[in-house]
Amino acid sequence: MSWLFENLSDVWALVLTHVALSVPPILLGLIISVPLGWVAHRYRWGRGTLLTIAGLLYTIPSLALIIAMPTILGTQILDPINLIAALTLYAVALLVRTAADAFDQVSPQVLDAATALGYGPWRRFWQVQLPLAGPIIIAGTRVVSSSTVSLVTLGALVGMSGLGYLFTDGTQRSFPFEIGVGIVGTVLIALIFDLIIVLIGKALLPWSRTRRVRNKTNAETLEVTTNA
Amino acid sequence: MLDGLNWLLDPAHWTGSRGIPTRLLEHLAITGMTLLIAGVIALAAGLAIGHTRRGRGLVVGLSGALRAMPTLGLLVFIAVQFGFGVRLAIIPTLIVLVVLAIPPILAGAYAGVESVDPATVDASRALGLTEWQILWRVEFPLALPLIVGGLRSAMLQVVATATVAAYISLGGLGRFLFDALPLRDYPQMLAGALLVAALALILDLLFLLVGKAVLPTGVRAARGNRRSKTPTERTAA
Repeated sequence: MSWLFENLSDVWALVLTHVALSVPPILLGLIISVPLGWVAHRYRWGRGTLLTIAGLLYTIPSLALIIAMPTILGTQILDPINLIAALTLYAVALLVRTAADAFDQVSPQVLDAATALGYGPWRRFWQVQLPLAGPIIIAGTRVVSSSTVSLVTLGALVGMSGLGYLFTDGTQRSFPFEIGVGIVGTVLIALIFDLIIVLIGKALLPWSRTRRVRNKTNAETLEVTTNA
Repeated sequence: MLDGLNWLLDPAHWTGSRGIPTRLLEHLAITGMTLLIAGVIALAAGLAIGHTRRGRGLVVGLSGALRAMPTLGLLVFIAVQFGFGVRLAIIPTLIVLVVLAIPPILAGAYAGVESVDPATVDASRALGLTEWQILWRVEFPLALPLIVGGLRSAMLQVVATATVAAYISLGGLGRFLFDALPLRDYPQMLAGALLVAALALILDLLFLLVGKAVLPTGVRAARGNRRSKTPTERTAA
């Protein structure tokens, strides 16, 4: 325990780096996936193409993707951009399917009703379609958030900072306590992120509290998750 | 990218105990062993949960709790804490991989059995099938596609994490990454990454085909029917 207090400022710096590396993939993943998910929902060609690409992307082990990134982006091996880009791709791979499922389960009658009330496509998307698809997209974002926070630790294997550093350093020094601090820290960050997303979801979509959305395909997507 | 391919095509890298075939077999062996152990445990539990409809919370809770667990951390923690070290690296690796593989297989088995139409189960019971027969002759075949789906996602996680496991001096394709890292031998790292990705894609395709093959004929016919009946649902979007 004394190790933790002696190194508190170092650990805190790693926590901040970890957070800084985790947030961009989650946000970028969400921003990219929602329109792509809409295209997959709206157009048959879009569904086939996008979901196949997402599936293939998700198949590639993340460490391999992180290592291949410098070749694809032309960056340096130690550039944190590699990690962020790789994890963003993962987030998109997971979320496109969830977003497509979320738009699919919005009742067509509701959309017809909105059209009948004079909503144009743009307004209908923002005021009817997206809010109704929201709860499932939020659920998908929670999954992506947890797995991203956990995957950021892999960056340490290729020399990047973050809580994963405690894993590699603790292994080299044969010091399990340090590794334990890394594990607990990672899980805590994931839990706090999860809580924040739930709260944002409740604030933005108060109706999802009363109506529980039960969607089979979504439940499956949620079970099939973290890919190291 | 070309350097990585050149590395792959060099015949010297295809022989010996550090060659590509050896590493590939090691990777497959680790993956196979994990899926076998995790499969036995998770299928038994998943089918039981699905059939009795008890313990659903366990499935959801387990997969939720494990999602945030950093596998690399768990792996090195077990290896260091219990002193398995370099020589016995297979033990912590198998523990972590099995723990990782159980939730998706469990979820697939449970969701598969649960997805069976209750009317079908009631009909079987009315025909005089015992609970055991219902599970094996009705629920299990109908659940197979989702079971294979669960095994498939478990396999993907295991192939990926087995790569990470090479960090604690185990064999497998991950060795190419970790052997090359201190030397800054980027072509070898890239080659390793390409090999892992290719292996994952090929195994994924294999599971996809198996998943299609195990779909019972009756289910396939019923699905065809249902699809042709509801074109109206697609008109509005």
